[in-house]
Amino acid sequence: MHNDPRHPAAPRRTGRSEFLTTRLDAIANWIERNKLASAVEKNVVNRALKYSLWPLPFATACCGIEFMAVAASRFDMARFGAEAVRFSPRQADMLVVAGRVATKMMPVLQRIYLQMCEPKWVISMGACASTGGVFDTYAVIQGIDQFMPVDVYVPGCPPRPETLLEGIMLVQRIVQEHGLRTSSERGMGLRLTVGKT
Amino acid sequence: MKKIHIHIADVQPLISQFPNLDFAPDSLIYWNGQPSGQTCVRVPPERLIEVLLFLKYDVRYEMEQLSDLTCVDYLNFSRARDRFGVTYSLLSISLNHRLWVKCFVNDPNTEVPSVTGLWPGADWLEREVYDMFGIRFKGHPDLRRILTWEEFDAHPLRKDYPLRGRGERENFEAINREST
Repeated sequence: MHNDPRHPAAPRRTGRSEFLTTRLDAIANWIERNKLASAVEKNVVNRALKYSLWPLPFATACCGIEFMAVAASRFDMARFGAEAVRFSPRQADMLVVAGRVATKMMPVLQRIYLQMCEPKWVISMGACASTGGVFDTYAVIQGIDQFMPVDVYVPGCPPRPETLLEGIMLVQRIVQEHGLRTSSERGMGLRLTVGKT
Repeated sequence: MKKIHIHIADVQPLISQFPNLDFAPDSLIYWNGQPSGQTCVRVPPERLIEVLLFLKYDVRYEMEQLSDLTCVDYLNFSRARDRFGVTYSLLSISLNHRLWVKCFVNDPNTEVPSVTGLWPGADWLEREVYDMFGIRFKGHPDLRRILTWEEFDAHPLRKDYPLRGRGERENFEAINREST
């Protein structure tokens, strides 16, 4: 949040019109500062935010292939505004853990999660990331939610692309509800289930 | 070109080169009681390097390539006398034949000479066998774990290691939503 109007990312007035060429959280802050924060504007910001999720695929197995199908033209994640897949945690806000996570890999995943900027959301995609799946061995983590926060679980082995899209839409509902709140502020999420409307 | 294996009778030059060693040449496996045709010889670890050196450079064998190096844990095998069998799969490209060499060691002193000097490609294979079975390869240039992580202190492909581990997969510091 940029409370300082001299911050380079803060919106600035040039001439008679307002140019809001800046970051989304700066816009929200600008609305807050100018006492424009009625329910309508908050809704606008949250809608803008939820249709511009930037996913970071942590793809370690076949769920990653399914994620690629979702990102590609046939299932087309761009319909939900989440097509800007980034491979740097600094540039993404939705972590998609797709595939089994080995014991050696878990500290790496935790570090990637910590490197992502708030607000951030985590999708645990598939049976392996959520429970360990069929890999009940010493080398595979039995569910990443034992060691890091998870917002949405997507079932399947691997999930159908439509199921992952359902998961992304669940994240969008969390965003619609909580907006720019950080993951600690919003807590454990909405406790929604797939199919509930 | 069909790959063939050295017939048991063709091990004779090796036996006559090392007359005081009991190679016990035998078929590697038996299929319905029939030998598979893959010949396997046993070598004690203290004579391993000179035997492999002979197999690599002798004109009758010319094993230029170490096509695999692995290990078998014979724990609870009824007919086994030794616990670990470090297995070398040798291939001669010029003579088009193969030979298995097994080197048996037991638990307190699981030390086998490294063959990285003969075949540099044995480097990571020996690291893997060290990681999974705890066989120490004497003379290896860089004997570290290759698959599991550094703090791991077991050897998971040993038969007495439990499948679900000894709590390593639960032994993490969890991060929560307040972590930064």
